[in-house]
Amino acid sequence: MSHHLVEADQLVHVYPDGTRALDGVSFTITHGESVAIIGANGAGKSTLLLHLNGVLLPSSGSVRIGHTPVTTATLGHIRRTVGLVFQNPDDQLFMPIVREDVAFGPRNLGFSGPELERCVMDALRQVDAIHLADKPPYNLSGGEKKRAAIAAVLAMSPDILVMDEPTSGLDPHARRQLIGLIREFQHTRIITSHDLDMVYDVCQRVIVLKDGRVAADGPAAAIFADKGLLEECRLEQPLRIQGCPVCGGRPC
Amino acid sequence: MPSLATTILDLRQLDTLARQNSPVHRLDARAKTVVTLIFIICVVSYPKYDIAVILPFSIFPICLTTTAGLPAAYLARKVLAVLPFVVLVGLCNPLIDRETLLQFGQIPVSGGWVSMFSIVIRGTLTIAAAFILVGTTGMTAMTAALGRMGVPRIFCQQLLFMHRYLFVLGEEAGRAARARELRSFGSRDRSIASAAALIGHLLLRTWQRAERIYTAMLSRGYAGAMPESGDHARLAAVDLAFMAGWILIFAVLRMTHLPGLIGPAVKAVFS
Repeated sequence: MSHHLVEADQLVHVYPDGTRALDGVSFTITHGESVAIIGANGAGKSTLLLHLNGVLLPSSGSVRIGHTPVTTATLGHIRRTVGLVFQNPDDQLFMPIVREDVAFGPRNLGFSGPELERCVMDALRQVDAIHLADKPPYNLSGGEKKRAAIAAVLAMSPDILVMDEPTSGLDPHARRQLIGLIREFQHTRIITSHDLDMVYDVCQRVIVLKDGRVAADGPAAAIFADKGLLEECRLEQPLRIQGCPVCGGRPC
Repeated sequence: MPSLATTILDLRQLDTLARQNSPVHRLDARAKTVVTLIFIICVVSYPKYDIAVILPFSIFPICLTTTAGLPAAYLARKVLAVLPFVVLVGLCNPLIDRETLLQFGQIPVSGGWVSMFSIVIRGTLTIAAAFILVGTTGMTAMTAALGRMGVPRIFCQQLLFMHRYLFVLGEEAGRAARARELRSFGSRDRSIASAAALIGHLLLRTWQRAERIYTAMLSRGYAGAMPESGDHARLAAVDLAFMAGWILIFAVLRMTHLPGLIGPAVKAVFS
């Protein structure tokens, strides 16, 4: 496998209305890393994610995926390498049945016949959703929709998985299942979330965004130990490493 | 009047029906679409005062419903729900066309009433046929069939997306309407202003959603054309037989005046 670096270099994005959503963001994520991008609402997380597969292009600075810069000329390659799972699965499951939806990406890549079938089934198997193949998306529960949406992205065999708020709106059981699933993936994973306990479970590294800038970048344990930093960025420690709600003592 | 939510749930049932298995369900979607279209054209093509000659055409929806095992009561409810719009179309006829056309016992019946009744009959038949088509084929197969029959791709995509997001939009509209109701404290003041705001809000939300969906499509390699389904099955003998049979029946019904033939025959038998 090639080295699928994700590099942002002095990335700036200014929306047409003048909002400076990203203001000089730089980082390098190496192959197989699992990285969380956290920050308050409006800190620039979603804008950043949309740059990773070229839905948005930088106003200045650059994004490189495995040494290929993200530009209009390289979009085809970039979108095959970077799979983006949207926050709201309803926006992503646009085909009438799950099987068709999972097949959408591979078909665009030129798959057909038994090869396509195998590709779709493999993706569904990875998220434990083969039984959902012939269901229409509106008949699925939140957790099932999420899994189907992830399968739709996996079917394109991306090297890098980017997920926007994967656990939002899931019940505890579905959330736990999803965490197990994400931990098993071998891809480079980039996740944004407000679910900091999930982040603590899934990611070794955390990048904290504040007002479009990187406020901190380091190992999850170190970032989550820094209460001052988290508070300043409108975040808090994962509940698990906060004190016991009854006696106030630290969990051991 | 059933609420928006129940209407939408009911539409979903049409999708569920389409996933059943019956001789009619197994037919090629193109065959069913063509036959239904010809049926509709035949029914609509009669002169405006015709009623009796149209009635024999009901054999088509009746036959298909029974062979496909569709719940007749459900279909009837669906047709009834749409019928008011059909009545609306013909509503002015009795007012404009007052010339007495026929005598029903002692009661003179004007041409307007006859033509309105004719419109209602045609409406019932064509709407029933359309529901049966969707209920035995499913929207996906139907749009694919339309595409393969040469309907421009862009229309097929629109149809597909409309069908997919009708439910999502319906749910959103339902939530917004409930939120408004909860804060209007039972007052009957349903002003145009608040309705307009609600509809405008829905439009903006739909717009945003459309943009997100498009982004999702781009992310998965969409480049302007929906990928081919790869289904290149040819029409089977049974499909051709289905088409030929029904087209023949429609042709015979359209060319002859069946009630006009049967009526005197029945009279002759009883006299």
